[in-house]
Amino acid sequence: MKTKSARRQRWSAQLWQLRLYVAGETAKSMTAFSNLEKFCESHLNCRYRITVIDLVKQPHLAKDAQILAIPTVVREMPKPVRTIIGNLSDTECVLAGLNLLAAD
Amino acid sequence: MKNKAPKSASPATSLPRCPTGIQGLDEITGGGLPQGRPTLICGGPGCGKTLFAAEFLVRGATKFGEPGVFMSFEETEAELKANVASLGFDLAGLVRRKKIVLDYVHIEPSEIQESGEYDLEGLFVRLNHAIDSIGAKRVVLDTLEALFAGLRNEAILRAELRRLFRWLKIKGVTAVITAERGHGQLTRHGLEEYVSDCVILLDHRVYEQLATRNLRVVKYRGALHGTNEFPFLISSEGISVLPITSLGLNHKISSERIGTGIPRLDAMLGGRGFFRGSSILLTGTPGTGKTIVAANFANAACQRGERTLFFSFEESPNQIIRNMQSIGLRLEPLVKRSLLRFHSARPSLYGLEMHLATMFKEIAEFKPRVVVIDPITSLMDAGSDTECRGMVTRLVDYLKARQITTLFTSLTQGGHVLQQSEASMSSLMDSWLLLQDLEGNGERNRVLYVLKARGMAHSNQVREFLISDKGIDLVDAYIGPHGVLTGSARVAQEALEKAEVLASQQDAASRKRVLERNRTALERQISALRCDYEAESVELRCIDEQVGTSTRVLTTERAASGILRQADVKKTQVKLGNGNGKS
Repeated sequence: MKTKSARRQRWSAQLWQLRLYVAGETAKSMTAFSNLEKFCESHLNCRYRITVIDLVKQPHLAKDAQILAIPTVVREMPKPVRTIIGNLSDTECVLAGLNLLAAD
Repeated sequence: MKNKAPKSASPATSLPRCPTGIQGLDEITGGGLPQGRPTLICGGPGCGKTLFAAEFLVRGATKFGEPGVFMSFEETEAELKANVASLGFDLAGLVRRKKIVLDYVHIEPSEIQESGEYDLEGLFVRLNHAIDSIGAKRVVLDTLEALFAGLRNEAILRAELRRLFRWLKIKGVTAVITAERGHGQLTRHGLEEYVSDCVILLDHRVYEQLATRNLRVVKYRGALHGTNEFPFLISSEGISVLPITSLGLNHKISSERIGTGIPRLDAMLGGRGFFRGSSILLTGTPGTGKTIVAANFANAACQRGERTLFFSFEESPNQIIRNMQSIGLRLEPLVKRSLLRFHSARPSLYGLEMHLATMFKEIAEFKPRVVVIDPITSLMDAGSDTECRGMVTRLVDYLKARQITTLFTSLTQGGHVLQQSEASMSSLMDSWLLLQDLEGNGERNRVLYVLKARGMAHSNQVREFLISDKGIDLVDAYIGPHGVLTGSARVAQEALEKAEVLASQQDAASRKRVLERNRTALERQISALRCDYEAESVELRCIDEQVGTSTRVLTTERAASGILRQADVKKTQVKLGNGNGKS
């Protein structure tokens, strides 16, 4: 129990780095961004940084990041890298996918 | 590979074509794939979809100056480069020279969570960026169906695919989309409903242990196209589709004649041999000397300084060279002078298409003027009847288009069905010689006929075909009241005739002698008679003289006696006249 809480301590202490890949300011992208912010706010308590990458402006990044669907959220840190696609309207999925519950 | 410039049949009405550069395909489709539209290539695993797509891009970049984008969903860039390198495509070099962009789309369902709505704009952005970065005109998506495995929301996927194909059309790129063959439909996920302009089906099937690849243009909107299945093969030079009669019957023809190497055979063919560029079929039962005639033909061509390619499917080159030495044909020097080249292969070595492609390749390399195929029937075992006929047609077309004179030998079993079984093939041939065994008198003898020779006067006679250590000789077979006689029967018959002539000569001579004798006898008789005649006439004269003398003597004696009696002479004379009877 003790080790588990310690690991959780380290886990939550880390700065979460999230990238949101969008292609122009579409409705889905806007929704995704506001959803992501909402989850991070409620679970990560300022220990996060969201980088929005507009592939219309930087198309070459799409290949390197293996982006296929838009919007895509990539959790760069903490490792391992996790990817969620969609406008993040399905809360359960997002929480499980990003393992946000573990960060509480 | 030759650059076959696309020529639309009717430029005013037909769609613009994008030449693929794949050998044969552009001929079937009348110039290539529909330009600026997507084409679907579907087929089962291992039938060459990816290679097809890769060749389309590589040929576009190297031959037609159209850069291309290869978006792969299955193979990584490194794998792709390695795989197509086996076909001699330098994909890596083309990528370096910015002729081709490779983009590997990695999809791993376990790494992706889906939450809510999304679209595939990311894919569009990548594709768009890749296209714009090199000004690509061609795009390959290999295999889009991987998306179905990677993404769970099929409704979104289908909507996005529809949008993708529309977008590709608007973008004006010629796209090739590969897809896996499905059960009961062309593709597993029904991609054909999005790509409606051109669908090509590849197929790989095994028939009697021989694998054949086939290509069929299922659909080509707004254009005429060959609807048949065409065999194709993947060789070290890429894909080649083998259209049966893509060239049509419009070869150039020649009225030049070339000798057969057997003077008497030339004589049977109007004295001058075969037409250049014609196809000749030489049919015969085993052991009738087909290879020998073929070798003679090849030898004659080489002596004229023409390159000759000898395809042998039964004997090795050395064996042929050795065997031909026994009839006084020395082929080895010709091989050394590279006038004659042998190509030997077992018919079962590979499928019919591969044989055909190998032959095409050899012919293209060696550029012969005369080709011998010994025997074509061996190849017939390598495929079904229809396939074989198609293959022979293609081969004949190919050779005729290049003005290459070809001698096909054909082995037949049994003498009776001989002409029937060859009928299908013979219609492709311009000349047909038949070698046959005639059995009789406890021996077999070879005879040769000219069954047909298009466009030339030819002998309708049977010739006996003799093989000696000095080569081939054709002899007039004996044709008499007892039918055709050959071999010793012919010799015997000839001897018999000679004897008859001799006998009648002797008979005549003896009759002449008898007559001579009779004549001499008669002459002798004539001379004897003449002698008698002479003798008698002499006697006659003697008698006459005696009579004259005695009369005169009498007269003078009377006169003398009168004088003695002193009678008047005149009176006495008168009295003498009166008293002549009294005295």
